Amino acid sequence: MRYITGFIALLFLLVRPAFAELSIEIVGGGENEIPVSVVPFESDDPGVSKVIAADLARSGMFKMIDPGAMLPHKIEDVNFPAWKSAGADAIVIGGIYPAATPGQYEVRFRLIDVAKGAQLVGFSYTVTSDQMRLTAHRIADVIYQQLTGDVGIFSTKIAYVLKKGRHFELQVADADGYGAQTVVSVSDPIISPAWSPDGKKIAYVSFELGKAAVYVQDLMTGRRHIVANFRGSNSAPAWAPDGQHLAVVLSRDGRSGIYLVGENGGRPALVESSQGIDTEPSFSPDGKYLIFTSDRGGSPQIYRTLVAGGPAERLTFEGSYNVSPHYSPDGKSFVYLERNSGHFNVAIQDFATGQSQLLTDADLDQSPTFAPNGKLILYASIYGGRGILAIVSSDGRIKQRLTMQAGDIREPAWGPLVH
Amino acid sequence: MKQLMLSALLVSLLAACGSTPTKPAEKPVAQKAPVQQPQAETKPVAIDPLKDPNNILSHRSVYYDFDKSVIKAEYKPMIEAHAAYLVAHSSAKVTLQGNCDERGSREYNLALGQRRADSVKSLMEAGGVPAAQISTVSFGSEKPRALGHNEEAWAQNRRTDIVYQGE
Repeated sequence: MRYITGFIALLFLLVRPAFAELSIEIVGGGENEIPVSVVPFESDDPGVSKVIAADLARSGMFKMIDPGAMLPHKIEDVNFPAWKSAGADAIVIGGIYPAATPGQYEVRFRLIDVAKGAQLVGFSYTVTSDQMRLTAHRIADVIYQQLTGDVGIFSTKIAYVLKKGRHFELQVADADGYGAQTVVSVSDPIISPAWSPDGKKIAYVSFELGKAAVYVQDLMTGRRHIVANFRGSNSAPAWAPDGQHLAVVLSRDGRSGIYLVGENGGRPALVESSQGIDTEPSFSPDGKYLIFTSDRGGSPQIYRTLVAGGPAERLTFEGSYNVSPHYSPDGKSFVYLERNSGHFNVAIQDFATGQSQLLTDADLDQSPTFAPNGKLILYASIYGGRGILAIVSSDGRIKQRLTMQAGDIREPAWGPLVH
Repeated sequence: MKQLMLSALLVSLLAACGSTPTKPAEKPVAQKAPVQQPQAETKPVAIDPLKDPNNILSHRSVYYDFDKSVIKAEYKPMIEAHAAYLVAHSSAKVTLQGNCDERGSREYNLALGQRRADSVKSLMEAGGVPAAQISTVSFGSEKPRALGHNEEAWAQNRRTDIVYQGE
């Protein structure tokens, strides 16, 4: 594994009450990196090209080539032989110009194939000044998709829980950690945030009533309601792909079992229960299956069942502690947490082959969740005695750490692709 | 823990003052908690067995191995003593709070904490305590007593606490 020594410290503007200093450190990179150069855009006061370059660098998929003194903004100004000798396969050029409507700007970019001497893709966006960062992320998504063939996730959001002393905040931030906003702030624990498929709501578990209850909160209005608050614990919310139902775990009948409830609450319908603990449901992308954790066989393992009912099939067999499963967005694999000679690490298992691969190597990893393109996995860990978030690529090669000065961060959830 | 010890100390001090009015409280004890000296007590106060450090009822925590909810033999006499107390005091109520260490899955730990609390409840019910006197709650790994990331802290956090109503 090659280590990138560069440290990307992201600066944050104090524009929102929930200011958070989330910084990202790349601790391992890929091997087949595409050499690319992002040329500073023309009249780029908002720093759009810097955000694009930071996104691409952070993905671990690219080798960033310093443009040096070459600063073309138009394709006719590109000196192709010079870029070839600089080692760039592709370059990004562009500029920001006042639009016809006052207060609006036109952000233009072109992705150019150096070998072919031709444009691969190019777009123009008409935006207001407060949309510059999002526009930069969208451009980075286009470039990423063009060069890697995979969907870019730079314009998505993440949710996580920030613990400051005895205070807990559920926060939502851009995928690069910028622009954190507090969704809920309470003096009791919050766990298990889960994004609705449309990215407009988050379900979570709060202990503010003295025990675990499931809430759904609208991110635009801030309004929330209780989805499940029955006797005992109410937890582990997972949205069905239809966005109308949630799987939740209730202990109201003594044992922890998996139930389906409507998004607005109502009468829960039992999906899965056993003599043991059944928890942590995750829906298959088609909504037909649930994978979940159960210790019905004597140790916690991962099982799969049809939502419509039927026998549960055990999926993990190695080790005595396999928990926290999450379906991959393509439904072909799942991530989970496994205990390995005292360490708790993230692993991925392929449904077709049953083969699993260990992806992380810290002591206390936790709560893995897929990025919506399935290429990255966001999870919680302990680093330097403090709760941090970390990212690993689904092949285990690219690693990043997200730390926050203000306190412990944990319980991450990567939001969906929203266009 | 310190606070619990101190209040236990205070109660025995009160009791000492009340039940043996002719003798002043023993000096060393009074010196240890001079600021806490209560105002003149006229009525005798009985020792609260739940807080008397010499009474097994002052012991309130059941500890477990990792991913286990089996009650070890060493905790059974204590749980049985609480069961007997609850049978004798039908107005007393307890909440059993199940906890886990931070490792692994928070959601699985929430369920495991519930099972730990339930296992203590079962033992109390076997001792004749009506179910109505016992409630259970799980905090999973969310309310650790010890904050370290090591076995010493984890061992303290794998626990069911017996908490009496009003405490």
